[in-house]
Amino acid sequence: MSGRYVLRRLAQVVPTVVGILVITFVLIQLAPGDAADTLSEGDAEYTRQLRARMRLDRPLIEQFWAYAKRVLRGDLGVSSTQNGRSVKGLIGEYLPRTMLLMGTAVVLSTLVGIALAARAGRRPDGPLDATIGAGALLGYAVPVMWLGQLAILVLGLRAGLFPVGGMTDPRVSYGGIDHLLDVGVHLALPVLVLATSEVAMVYRVARTGLRQESQKEYVRAAHAKGVRPDRVLSHHAMRNALLPVVTIIGTRIGFLFSGAVVVERLFAWPGMGTLLITAAERRDRPVVLGVVVVVAFALVAATLATDLVYALVDPRIRYD
Amino acid sequence: MTSRSRSGTAFLRRLLGRPAGVVALVLVVPPALAGLLAGRIAPGNPKAQAYPTFRPPSREFLMGTDNEGRALFAMVVHGLATSMVTVVSVIVIAAVIGVAVGALSGYRGGVVDGVLMRLVDMLEAVPAFFLAIVAFAVLGSDQNTLIVLLAATSWTALARIVRAQVLSVKRREFVQAARSLGSSGVRTVIRHILPNVTPAVIVVLPLLASRVVLIEAGLAFLGLGDPNRLSLGYLIANAQPHLQYYWWMSVFPGLVLTSLVLGFNLLGDAFNDVLDRPSEGQAPEGRAPARRAWPGGAGRQRVVAAAAAGAAAGPLDVAAVLD
Repeated sequence: MSGRYVLRRLAQVVPTVVGILVITFVLIQLAPGDAADTLSEGDAEYTRQLRARMRLDRPLIEQFWAYAKRVLRGDLGVSSTQNGRSVKGLIGEYLPRTMLLMGTAVVLSTLVGIALAARAGRRPDGPLDATIGAGALLGYAVPVMWLGQLAILVLGLRAGLFPVGGMTDPRVSYGGIDHLLDVGVHLALPVLVLATSEVAMVYRVARTGLRQESQKEYVRAAHAKGVRPDRVLSHHAMRNALLPVVTIIGTRIGFLFSGAVVVERLFAWPGMGTLLITAAERRDRPVVLGVVVVVAFALVAATLATDLVYALVDPRIRYD
Repeated sequence: MTSRSRSGTAFLRRLLGRPAGVVALVLVVPPALAGLLAGRIAPGNPKAQAYPTFRPPSREFLMGTDNEGRALFAMVVHGLATSMVTVVSVIVIAAVIGVAVGALSGYRGGVVDGVLMRLVDMLEAVPAFFLAIVAFAVLGSDQNTLIVLLAATSWTALARIVRAQVLSVKRREFVQAARSLGSSGVRTVIRHILPNVTPAVIVVLPLLASRVVLIEAGLAFLGLGDPNRLSLGYLIANAQPHLQYYWWMSVFPGLVLTSLVLGFNLLGDAFNDVLDRPSEGQAPEGRAPARRAWPGGAGRQRVVAAAAAGAAAGPLDVAAVLD
């Protein structure tokens, strides 16, 4: 990984960060009424004074600069509905639960997707390959919200295998290992639902990679010199086929965040999605904007990390 | 004109010549038509609470009735109408802006290209789904706001793809020839370059459509849809408390939504297969170069992931990037 590549990649972050700040700032400006209107409750003179004090009477560019500095310092303001709690504090409380959900889904779907691709790749175009391929198409197309309801209906309500909502059992309060098990059982269905389309995505990318690699000379050479077919697959072709799987991790995180919002709603999982939607329903603008800013920055970080890792594992990478 | 319509027929024939194409059309065309003709198929107010509640599917109520005594069939049809209106509007707007910006950026290059591409980077900073949630929290839920928002965030992926295509096509000999014969810049782009870019655009459109359908339904599911319009997402959300005993409330809207999304995804696959083969008289380089650039393109990771995975692995990944 050349230093030059890293620098150029880092420079790409700048317009994205500016974009996040500009887009959210524009949305604040588009909203009817400002903070001064809300606080003064219609008194014109008082409104004017408040505007002056909050610098809302300054030129837009100056306000934007102040907003950008505030956000970059990590000050996301104060919730307008939750007793003046800081947005940062709220996110600090809800974000880890979403990370647990998403992290489990990412790891699980990556492993399962790759395993399926390897299994299907043993006999290209065989019945198993075709079946898994069709399943992946379907798994990718099924909307998360509906898949979640099917899971609740079949696995939760009818079969009674898993709890269908919340993060812990409210009737008992466990400690230690029991608490972890309780969370794990509640995690099962949300993760299953969130991971389904991800498995499909990883599978298809890995399978396509494998198909392309299998036609290359080095694979033929490995076969020719007598390496066992399973080993050619796992030690030769698969290694290169997995590179694209690494590249899509960054984009998958964005996908997962959107999916997590829906999944949290379905399963009453108390994470960022629940925080966001509850705030949106109550028109709690600081919280909504704060969550979106944090998610957007998390995505920037994820794509950046993906690219840098990719440059590490594939030294051929050069910035075009 | 005749050659164009003939190539259109040939395109359709080749699309119908492969299973994915047939299945895609079977899945997409009926719900799309139902949505476009909603007023004819289910006349009257679909929200009218005119029937007994919780009736299972029967000859009288094809998809049963819901907790408020509304016929699910009529509501699903009108939900499809919302999906189709959103999809068609977003795609038309996004295609016009995306092709214009991509062509300008790729053909002119230099500062224009730099500025436009940074603009694209900026617009892609916030995922569309989240952007829509904020906008609705701040501005209120409204169908037109949603269309504008989705169009504003969708054209960027098209612009990137068109730009990459234009960059590769503009160096080819027939473009040089046209230029040296005195063809103006605008004419060259429209007559000679854009026709070669069209396949790459067409392949992406169904994937864009499937994403738009999902976002619209997703927002409605979260209670952030336009309250004046029915949506498949709203119907699914409405079914949640009644899942255990009144399964049809969730199953029918869900099936219809899934088949529409699956159909659009398969259509993208089929378009890709059909258009990926160099047709008669078309040079092989006419194919999308962005995907071929896969192993070396991590710098532009989003496009590459889009184009590479999108083309190779199908619908998934352009959708992921579009997100």
